[in-house]
Amino acid sequence: MAKVLMKGNEAIGEAAIRAGCKNYFAYPITPQSEVAEYLVKRLPEEGGVFLQGESEVAVGYMIFGASAAGERVMTTSSSPGISLMGEAISYIAAAQCPAVFVNIVRGGPGLGGILPSQGDYFQAVKGGGHGDYHLLVMAPDGVQEAVEMTMQAFSLAEKYRGPVMIMGDGLIGQMMEPVEFPDDLKTEPTNKDDWATNGMNSRNSKQRNLVKSLFLDPTALNDNNLALKAKYAQMKKEEVRFELYNGDTDYQVLITSYGTMSRVCRTAIDQLKEAGIEVAMLRPKTLFPFPEKAVFEAACKDSCKAVISIEMSMGQMVEDVERCVKGRRPVAFYGECGGDIPSPEKIIDIIKGLL
Amino acid sequence: MGKTFTTPKALSKTHTHYCPGCTHGIVHRLVAEAIDDLGIQGKTVGIAPVGCAVLAYNYFDCDFQEAAHGRAPAMATGIKRVRPDLMVFTYQGDGDLASIGMGEIIHAANRGEKFTTIFINNAIYGMTGGQMAPTTMGGQRATTAPAGRNTADTGMPLRMANLLGELVTPGYITRQAVLKPQQVNKAKKAIKQAFQYQMEDRCFSFVEVVSTCPTNWGMTPLDALKWAEETLLPYYELGDYKVPEEIDS
Amino acid sequence: MAFQHIIDEERCKGCGLCVNFCPKNVLEITDKVNAKGHFPAYQARPEDCIHCTICCIMCPDAAINIVETQSA
Repeated sequence: MAKVLMKGNEAIGEAAIRAGCKNYFAYPITPQSEVAEYLVKRLPEEGGVFLQGESEVAVGYMIFGASAAGERVMTTSSSPGISLMGEAISYIAAAQCPAVFVNIVRGGPGLGGILPSQGDYFQAVKGGGHGDYHLLVMAPDGVQEAVEMTMQAFSLAEKYRGPVMIMGDGLIGQMMEPVEFPDDLKTEPTNKDDWATNGMNSRNSKQRNLVKSLFLDPTALNDNNLALKAKYAQMKKEEVRFELYNGDTDYQVLITSYGTMSRVCRTAIDQLKEAGIEVAMLRPKTLFPFPEKAVFEAACKDSCKAVISIEMSMGQMVEDVERCVKGRRPVAFYGECGGDIPSPEKIIDIIKGLL
Repeated sequence: MGKTFTTPKALSKTHTHYCPGCTHGIVHRLVAEAIDDLGIQGKTVGIAPVGCAVLAYNYFDCDFQEAAHGRAPAMATGIKRVRPDLMVFTYQGDGDLASIGMGEIIHAANRGEKFTTIFINNAIYGMTGGQMAPTTMGGQRATTAPAGRNTADTGMPLRMANLLGELVTPGYITRQAVLKPQQVNKAKKAIKQAFQYQMEDRCFSFVEVVSTCPTNWGMTPLDALKWAEETLLPYYELGDYKVPEEIDS
Repeated sequence: MAFQHIIDEERCKGCGLCVNFCPKNVLEITDKVNAKGHFPAYQARPEDCIHCTICCIMCPDAAINIVETQSA
C-alpha cells in the first residue's frame, strides 16, 4: 500500500471514512479545525454527513442523537471544547451508545494556549463529565498511530457500546507524516436493532426502543452502573496496549511517557544508549485501561533504580504511575506545559540528574 | 349525530404522572393523534426534555431518546441528519427550550433542520417546583420571584414563536393554545401540519402551545385555564408567525 | 348507530375540565375515590349526552372514549 504524506488532522478525518464512519459533527477550535475543513470536502464525495454545529455543547448532543439512532459518528475538538462536551460524554456513556471523540489537546487550563500539551489526562481518564463512567482512551504517538487508533475506535466503541476517545495533541494534529490506511482496520457496523432508535419499521418490530440515562429507581440506577463497571472490567482484561522501549536491557531508569512527549524520550533514550547509559520507556497506548501490571513489572526490574514520568503537563499520569509502582521505586516527574516541547537534550539532563 | 373517540395508538396505556388538569396530557394526545393520522408511528423518534415531561417517553409508543436539559434540538439535528427518513420531534418546556436551550433551538431553526418542535409554554418551571421561567409574566409570582417578576430587573417575558418567526430561513412557526375545545382542535391541526411539513421535507416546524400549570400557579385546573386566557393570551398572541412559501405545482 | 361513553375511572384525575366544558351538563365529579386517591368524573345525566366528544378532547388523561355499539 502506498504511503501518503498527510497532516495529522486531515489523516484523522480520512481514517474515520476509511473505517466506515461517514457522519461528522464538529465545531472549529485551534489546533484541530483542519479536520472539519478536510471532511467538509471529503464527506460529500462519500455520501456522508457533515455539519458544523453552533457550539461544542450542541455538537456533543448531535453526536448523542446520531449514535442513539444507530449510526457511526465522530467529532473532533480540543481541550476547552472537550470540557463543553463533558456532560454529553457522561450521558452517552450512561445511555450506552457508541461514539468516537478525538481530543487534539492544547495548552490549558482556561483559554490556555494553542500549542500542544498533555494537560487533559485527568479529564479523559478520571472524569471530565459527572458520574461513574470511563472513556476508553487511546494515545497515539504520531500520525500513523493516530490513523490506526481512529480506525479501531469505531469497532471498539461498538464492542463496548460506549464513548471512545483518541487523545492526540496539537503537534500530532498539525504535523505531516507519511501514512497508510490499513484495509483490515475497516469494519462493518454492528447490528443495533435491539437498542437503537432507528425506527420500528427499520427493524420490522412492534417494540419500540428507548435510549435514556435517567434511572430514578435506586436499584435500576445501581444496576446500570454495575453494567458499566462490568464493561470497564472487560476493557481492563482485553484492551490494555502499551510499548516497552529498550526494555530488554539492564536499564537504570524507567521513563513513563505517552504521545508526542514519548517521541522525544525515545530520541533521548537512543542518545543515552550511545553514551552507555540504558534507559527504558513504558509508553501507554491506552490511557484507560492503564497498563498497570506492565508499569509495575517494568519498574520492579532489578536494574531499575528509579521511575520518572515525563509529560507536557504539571503532573497527571504520574499519579497513576505512582499508584502502580506501589512504592517499590521512587517515582519522579518532569513536565512543561507552555507548549514548548522539551528537547531530547533536556530529557537527557533530567535523566542524568536521577542517576 | 354524535361521533366516536378513541385513544390514539401512539399514546401508551401508562397513566401519566402529570398533575390533575395539566395540559401536557392534552398535547401528548394531540401529538399521538397526528402520528396515528399520518401513519408514521413506525418511523417516529421523539426526544424527551428535562422538565415535567422528562418521562414523556413512558407515554408514547414509538422510539424515544432522552436529551440533556435544553439539548433536544441538537440531538434531533443529529438524528435527522444521519437518518433523514425518520420523523423526529422534540417536546420541550419553558426552561428547556427558552432558557438553557435557547442557543440550540435558534440555531436548529435557523439552519432549517427538518424536525418538529412542540414547545409547552406555561410561564413557569414545573418539575423543579415553580421557579421563574423566561416566559413568566411581569408581576407573576414564582418561587424565585416571590414578590412577582420584576421586569425592570429580569427583562420582559420571551416570546419564542415571535422570535423564531423573525428568522429569515423558511419554517413553520405557530403559536397555539389548549385552553378550550376550539383551541385544542386548532392546535391539533397545527401539530399535524407541522409533521406534514416534515414528511414533505419542507422546513423546520415549531408549535408553541400556551398551557397551564395549576400546581405552580397555585390555582385549580379550571381557574388556571381562565388565568391563562386572560393574562397569557393577550401577550402570547395565537397565530402563524411564519409559514413556508407555497410550492408552485 | 348507538354510542357508548366510557370513562376509565382509574385514569381520571378528577380535574373537572370535562365537567366544565360539557355543553349538555352531563358530567359531575363522584364522591367515590379511585385507587390513586382522585375523585373521577362520571355521567350524572347520560341520557343527555350527545356524544359530541368535547369531554374527550379536553381530557388530559385520555380517560374518556366513545365507541360504537350495535343497537339491539
